[in-house]
Amino acid sequence: MDELMLDGNAIGGLLQEVFAVEMTTAIGACGSCGTGGPVGAVHVYRGAGIVLRCPHCGNTLAKIVKSDSRVWIDLAGIRVLEVTV
Amino acid sequence: MAGTAVSGRLTWQLAELVEVIVETPHVKTIVLDVPSWPGHRAGQHLDVRLTAEDGYQAERSYSIASALDGTRVALTVQRLEDGEVSPYLTDELRPGEKIELRGPIGGYFVWEPSDRGPLMLVAGGSGVVPLMAMIRTRAAAGDDTETRLLYSSRSPDDVIYRDELELLSGNGLGIVHTLTDSQPPGWMGYARRVDAEMLAEVAPSPAERPRFYACGPTPFVEAVAEALVRLGHDSPAIKTERFGPTGR
Repeated sequence: MDELMLDGNAIGGLLQEVFAVEMTTAIGACGSCGTGGPVGAVHVYRGAGIVLRCPHCGNTLAKIVKSDSRVWIDLAGIRVLEVTV
Repeated sequence: MAGTAVSGRLTWQLAELVEVIVETPHVKTIVLDVPSWPGHRAGQHLDVRLTAEDGYQAERSYSIASALDGTRVALTVQRLEDGEVSPYLTDELRPGEKIELRGPIGGYFVWEPSDRGPLMLVAGGSGVVPLMAMIRTRAAAGDDTETRLLYSSRSPDDVIYRDELELLSGNGLGIVHTLTDSQPPGWMGYARRVDAEMLAEVAPSPAERPRFYACGPTPFVEAVAEALVRLGHDSPAIKTERFGPTGR
């Protein structure tokens, strides 16, 4: 276990900044194992960028890199994202 | 979804420090007035942003400790010796001075009285903060949801909200402390880290379908969540919030 691991709650502000909607209750389905679950429960690793991993299989769900004025979001590991609007 | 709006872009706003409350040698509560606060739900957090004279910015998340109370918002902050933000908030910020914040943030690690229970809260150190917001919200609403708090601290001096927790207990709220490193003379309570045996003794049984909220340092939360699943509790009923190795 990595002590530096966080979870989706920790990036709630950043995600809401990008998507303009509360995202920790959004349901994501993993592109690898297919398990669905709330974004608040995914595993989050912070470094130069932010990596979101599936809590069930460890697959990389998403990668986020932020600069002062832009955000790059790689969602290749998420099959479906279901958001309450 | 009841309560405050879930949608909308977050904007930074100015908050004024109203009061500082010393909780333990390393922890203080800062009470802020946020004129345009839209309200919050128990378990939500907010982001604080500090800007240095040269433009350098540092941003941190802090759990909201208070129940909804107009434009007042309380944060309980653990001072991290090498921290960029927490020493400023706990030691330098003076009443009347302002900081930038945005929130409330989050909807997953949230409890409202209408969610009912039985509610099982498991706190490691300052992980008690969002759980205290739930306990305070429950009390303010006159709610009688069966609630238990299992709260792990290093020593008696490290127990945050000790007196208030004692006052609020009863009325369906049970509080169990474990003191991992040092105990007062005559201590009859738990004196070890939270483990499966302790959770089996303190938590409602799986048949009662309790709702779990566990918050603390990452290794603490991992151990609690694994033990609960092993005891037969339903994984989606176990909500977790991790704040890394040293606290937020």
